[in-house]
Amino acid sequence: MSAPEDEVEIERGPGVAVAVGPLDGLLNLCRKNSLWYLLFGTACCAIELMQTGGPRTDTDRFGFVFRPTPRQADVLILAGTITYKMASRIRRLYDQMPEPKYVIAMGSCANTGGLFQASYSVVNGGDLIVPVDIYLPGCPCRPEALTEGLMLIQQKCEQEPWLAKAWGRTPEPAEPWPGRPREC
Amino acid sequence: MKEIRDALAERLGTEIEWHEDLAGDPFAVVPPGKWLEACRAARDDERLSFDFLRNQTGTDVPADEVIEVVVHLFSYKHRHAFVMKTRVSRTDPVADSLVPVWPAANWYEREIYDLLGVRFTGHPDLRRLLLPEDWVGHPLRKDYARPESYQGIPTTRPGKEDR
Amino acid sequence: MTDAVGREEIVLNMGPHHPSTHGVLRFVVYTDGEIMRKAVPEVGYLHRGIEKLAEQTTYTSFIPYADRINYLEAVFASQAWAMAVERLLGVEVPKRAEVLRVIAAELNRIANHCIALGCVAMDLGAYTPFIYLLRERETINDLFEELCGARLTFNYARVGGVSHDAPDGWLDKVGAFVARFDKVMAELHALISENEILVNRMLGVGVTCAADAVAYGLVGPNLRAAGVDWDLRRDLPYSAYPGLDFAVPVGGRDGRGVAGDCYARWVVREEEMRQSARLIRQALAALPDGPVMGELPKKIKPPKGEVYAAVEGARGELGVYLVSDGSNTPYRAKWRSSSFSAMSMIELISPGLMIADLVAVIATLDTIAPEVDR
Repeated sequence: MSAPEDEVEIERGPGVAVAVGPLDGLLNLCRKNSLWYLLFGTACCAIELMQTGGPRTDTDRFGFVFRPTPRQADVLILAGTITYKMASRIRRLYDQMPEPKYVIAMGSCANTGGLFQASYSVVNGGDLIVPVDIYLPGCPCRPEALTEGLMLIQQKCEQEPWLAKAWGRTPEPAEPWPGRPREC
Repeated sequence: MKEIRDALAERLGTEIEWHEDLAGDPFAVVPPGKWLEACRAARDDERLSFDFLRNQTGTDVPADEVIEVVVHLFSYKHRHAFVMKTRVSRTDPVADSLVPVWPAANWYEREIYDLLGVRFTGHPDLRRLLLPEDWVGHPLRKDYARPESYQGIPTTRPGKEDR
Repeated sequence: MTDAVGREEIVLNMGPHHPSTHGVLRFVVYTDGEIMRKAVPEVGYLHRGIEKLAEQTTYTSFIPYADRINYLEAVFASQAWAMAVERLLGVEVPKRAEVLRVIAAELNRIANHCIALGCVAMDLGAYTPFIYLLRERETINDLFEELCGARLTFNYARVGGVSHDAPDGWLDKVGAFVARFDKVMAELHALISENEILVNRMLGVGVTCAADAVAYGLVGPNLRAAGVDWDLRRDLPYSAYPGLDFAVPVGGRDGRGVAGDCYARWVVREEEMRQSARLIRQALAALPDGPVMGELPKKIKPPKGEVYAAVEGARGELGVYLVSDGSNTPYRAKWRSSSFSAMSMIELISPGLMIADLVAVIATLDTIAPEVDR
């Protein structure tokens, strides 16, 4: 169990029925032990992402497997530098993922643009395009840090009253950045 | 280097300038009108046989009002290397395409067009290579200014002073 | 367009997010059913403007950027940059630093080929060899971490030498790794290299003839697989390579594969890994004592001039064209990478192949997005 100071702030839905609580717990247990991440990476952090799935760190033991299609993925790991040319495609990948979905910004480039901040073609951070849940520092981000990030997502899953929040309601899609062209 | 000098001087005479006094590699400068001819000679002449286009790029030199298009050539047969340049005007940069001589020039010239704005006559498919099609400007020019935003995404993080 | 039988040309989009493209590469594929008419690569999805950034940083602080031009062979890029600046400055690198650079470079070559071959196998459906090779890469990452602090982008070469000397016991660890490596290669060979499915998917596929390879500027293992016997380490030697003895594998010989096909590219890389281990053994034996950094001026301000310096990277010739205007930042830096040339050839090779063959071609050409886009 996580200590109180580790708990992530989640807003609770109105009028939660008591009977839904244990069901939420069961659902969250299943969800957190089977987080599938999208096989996506742009630059150097993608290699460390591959190493994290490798024999030493082995994220498979947590239930994390990679999926090539966003339709089957829960987690989008922004591994690597995001350029303007790639930005609209990343947004499209994010929009294709079904709820509940999480985004990890892995490495300096995905956090804030990293050492390419001053470049003309680099987006200064993944959160200018998609809402980010976890920011992981590093250049490249170490496999241990990525594992910790995935475990933080697991903690987040544990505490989300997903069933209570969503009972009978369709989740609203997140707002894209203002000025985003219609065709992407 | 002497054989290269002799062979090219035979074809181009005084039109080719030799620069051997700066640090690093020596190079030759050819006027834009003779660019394609010089490169063809470099590939076809038996004494030169430059069959490998190692590198082709451009440099913006606003101080001289020119953009230099540079090729680095190498010959597997004779194992010698050579650097040749041409200087085109900065206000209306046009040069001959080297695709008929070395097919490798195709993408190099697309990149020079993309980042510096030099148009190559005779290129089969001259369009932007690295930047999006709707990008404005040529970033490797010395007077290029970063745009405020692209398709709605700001170029600096909100709340941060510009570096 | 529809022909008389009613068939249409289909336009498919492969990428920039695709499990089999190595990084963010995109292909627009025109097909007639399963057989391609042509595959047009679209690049630029990782264009980070490194060449423009070079004009704004000093010579030493550019080295981390150089690493990221090709993060899988970071030592080569920083070595090429250091060689270019050293040539302009006229600085001599101490022998110990040169040998350390060679050891780091050959370790990096092995690490790169681990990923290259692993990804070829993974793209063709065999997941296991990739994991085996990642295990070897972890050992190499540990060695590098002990040497210079980083697992992937090392920032190791400096103008005039290297950043860190080998710590105590490091050389023995490298020796132990290399001693074990022949067994690892034998294991890999037994596991996958002559597997019937792998060979059938790669034999005769995507053939690049030697003349085309030279005309399109192909370099490195791709060029050698096409039958051209050329290696910068042997033919235009630099650093500590003169005096080191190694073989250069060329495709189409020994009856393994047709020169220029995908299988030849696999065989060449596999053999290069063994030769790299051989080079490391010799370099360890030849390592002299001494400083690891040469005599440098206080501020690095090369005189006005230009230079082209290239090294034989894991993917081929990785070179930098550096123009200096006498100040402490470069005036222009252009990187010549092998993946750029390899990508430009795909449109030539692709007609007549099937879509699944395109995956084999991209994987064996070992193109990687940051080298293409910089």
